[in-house]
Amino acid sequence: MRDVSIIGIGITKFGELWDKSLRQLGLETGLSAINDSGITSKDIDALYIGNMAAGSTLQQEHISALMADYCGLTNNHVPATRVEAASASGGLALRQAYMAIAGGFIDIAVVGGAEKMTDVSDSESSYTVSMGSDEQWESKAGATFASLHAIIAQSHINEYGTTREEMSAVSSKNHYHASMNPMAQFPFKVSSEAVSNSGIVSSPLRMLDCAPNSDGAAAVVLCASDRASNYTKKAIKIIGSGQASDTLSLHHRKYLNRMPAIGVAAQRAFESCGKKPTDLDVIEIHDNFTISEIIALEEIGIFKRGEAGAKILEGETKIGGRIPVNTSGGLKARGHAPGATGIAQIVEIVQQLRGEAGERQVKNAKIGMAENHGGTAATAVVHILEAE
Amino acid sequence: MSVPRFWRELDTRYNLIGSYCKLTKTYHYPRRTFDPDAGRESIGTMEDYQFKGTGEIINCTVVHQAQTGYEIFGPYCMAIIKLDEGPKLTSQIVDCEPNTIKPGMKVKAVFRKLGEDSESGILHYGTKFILREIPQVEDENENLSNIEL
Amino acid sequence: MNGIVSYGAYIPGYKIETGEIASVWGADGSAWAKNLNVYSKSVPGPDEDVITIAVEATRQAMKRAKLTGDDIEAIYTGSESHPYAVKPTSTIVAEAISATPNLTAADFEFACKAGTAAIQTCLGMVGYKQIKNGIAIGVDTSQGAPGDALEYSASAGGGALIIGREKVIANINHTTSYTTDTPDFWRREGQMYPRHGGRFTGKPAFFKHVQNCGMLIMEKAGTKPEDYDYIVTHQPNGKFPIRAAKSLGFTQEQFETGLLTPKIGNTYSGAIFLGLSAILDIAKPGDRILAIAYGSGAGSDGFDITVTDNIIDMDRTETVNNMISKMEIINYSTYAKFRGKLNMGTTK
Repeated sequence: MRDVSIIGIGITKFGELWDKSLRQLGLETGLSAINDSGITSKDIDALYIGNMAAGSTLQQEHISALMADYCGLTNNHVPATRVEAASASGGLALRQAYMAIAGGFIDIAVVGGAEKMTDVSDSESSYTVSMGSDEQWESKAGATFASLHAIIAQSHINEYGTTREEMSAVSSKNHYHASMNPMAQFPFKVSSEAVSNSGIVSSPLRMLDCAPNSDGAAAVVLCASDRASNYTKKAIKIIGSGQASDTLSLHHRKYLNRMPAIGVAAQRAFESCGKKPTDLDVIEIHDNFTISEIIALEEIGIFKRGEAGAKILEGETKIGGRIPVNTSGGLKARGHAPGATGIAQIVEIVQQLRGEAGERQVKNAKIGMAENHGGTAATAVVHILEAE
Repeated sequence: MSVPRFWRELDTRYNLIGSYCKLTKTYHYPRRTFDPDAGRESIGTMEDYQFKGTGEIINCTVVHQAQTGYEIFGPYCMAIIKLDEGPKLTSQIVDCEPNTIKPGMKVKAVFRKLGEDSESGILHYGTKFILREIPQVEDENENLSNIEL
Repeated sequence: MNGIVSYGAYIPGYKIETGEIASVWGADGSAWAKNLNVYSKSVPGPDEDVITIAVEATRQAMKRAKLTGDDIEAIYTGSESHPYAVKPTSTIVAEAISATPNLTAADFEFACKAGTAAIQTCLGMVGYKQIKNGIAIGVDTSQGAPGDALEYSASAGGGALIIGREKVIANINHTTSYTTDTPDFWRREGQMYPRHGGRFTGKPAFFKHVQNCGMLIMEKAGTKPEDYDYIVTHQPNGKFPIRAAKSLGFTQEQFETGLLTPKIGNTYSGAIFLGLSAILDIAKPGDRILAIAYGSGAGSDGFDITVTDNIIDMDRTETVNNMISKMEIINYSTYAKFRGKLNMGTTK
């Protein structure tokens, strides 16, 4: 098994990108990553794509071939694979590429995630998102994706006393971080009060507790570590990777206020590199809802169960605090394009570890983690990166 | 939902048919071919079981941004319910003031329309839940003994 | 003897008051209520229809009789508001009580007496010893056109009768009918609302058929009004059934138990079933009941019924009056939304 490094990154602005098609987004971000990496297209052994919803929003499947074609890789018949696990598609695509290189099958891979959510109406994109939960036994029964997380939040509040202010603090903090991120969908501050008073989506979750459905794309170039210096002096190593599954529907779980797949994936990632929670300097968390960030941090072991809310309210996860979380703005403020989010998280961590995060820079960031999950954490995939 | 896909689960939806694992003596909804806790050994030991339809609300939410097909209800209550026999499921709680529904409330199954494919498409029926004990409200207008005949 | 093995009923949980409807049209609500003797009417929830109501009523009947799906070999549902024009309500009811596949089924239509025609058919199948038990269901969620007189009364609800020959709770001693081609009330294929002949729906229609049928059945049974403890007829408003019963020689004591329209409106095919259920909720062994249904188009089915001892053992705690007391008042806008009267446009 070999070490794997990230040698190039690229990301588009996230948002309502009316002018850009999925093909354009993929190409743009792919080129960006390749330019950043120092490789040429002849060096690419394989392409991995994370995409959740093209079949629903664009009536297009076979995204692997589509992207390989539009990125000019089919002249050399480069193998292309599309990976889908709802919003974990990006993180999972990264893991597939990582394993292929670590296992010695290939040397260099481009991993991209891209999504178009705004080509369809709000209700259609919302229904598409709920396909990440159990369509037959949750969505068809009347549950929206947000309502499932609302029940999770309700359950967390009932057991641990998590408060409205604590949840609002997550969103407000992420917006503050995004205000320093030019690629963010919502690059402006939002007060905690505004979050607490925004319209109810599904009690207790309000509008500003919920990440948007965005268009966006991000890409990274992976390379076997032993030859990364041929291309770049800024290689960042993937030192740990872990993945876990859980029941598709929330009602089949033992606890309604936990996301054990995240805990298991994180533990597997820690074990694979001998690190622990206190070793982390910066984390990107999958905050599709504010409660998800709270629970994810508890599952990973950053905070004890039931205590994350209070610590977040105290400012521990803000840039400058004990353990900055979602310096990009997270899904809430940077934007959430399901297939792309997992890769966007990696891009942020790489920028932090390279020291290229500008105003968002966490001082002396050496080890970072990206936590990406799909559905109500029915799939979770965690990566740990280290500055070389 | 396509015609065959809906038809396949008719008895699951209409009659709350799930499975009982004779090996582990546990109940499952919807049907399973094997009990994940017992693995392959439980294949062949699962028999169809019709749930009584009574249960308890574990947790709930009032949905303001409706799921497709549920817009007509205005804000409505979605809950995770634990059936008396053990398994949990997700369902709307109907015929109630959604904000008054709380964990612990006892519920029972009713037969309702879940939706339709379109104005000309197949109608989908299934099971939803209502409160088992509804608070009685005194209504003065109920006294109709002075009807003129 | 063959007769009623069990009965079930269902009334939805919402109601709208006559005054509330009248206020929309600037009409005098209390005058309308008095004229029709209808003070409120039941309204089905947005996820309820003839099929869901038929299932709930049938399930109650099955539970009361402690029968399972295997015991049922025929299901017939009568309605003028079946959700499908083609695809029977009865097969969905059959699936919902696990009676498939060993049964016969069909849907009936004869305006408000579609369900009682089903009773007669079940009696035939049971009497001919082809089946042990059949179910006759009468349910409607009919609508009145906005602003029309029928808007005050057209409501939702219905009941089910299990017909058989074992453990019968009420013998059906006789049945007879009076049927003519009388166009008093109709709805054309594809039209949302029915139309009617105004005052023509009275004497030449409702009264002629109910009265003649009533006289015919008492002649057949050799009975007089005094021989009965209860009479229940179809009840399109709260006045017609009273007038009809009195004209046949019956008293208030005899007709008041089965008269539900003043509180729940006209449940069309469900009306006679619900009225009969209200009577069976409190009937004692030996009680004799005269039931006369009426359907526009037009016809009346009459039944001479005697309650047996078996009714004592039946669980009759969930009564029709319980259901009526649980109904919650809604306003016209909620009513219009629930009943699909708002033009929602097309989103697809």
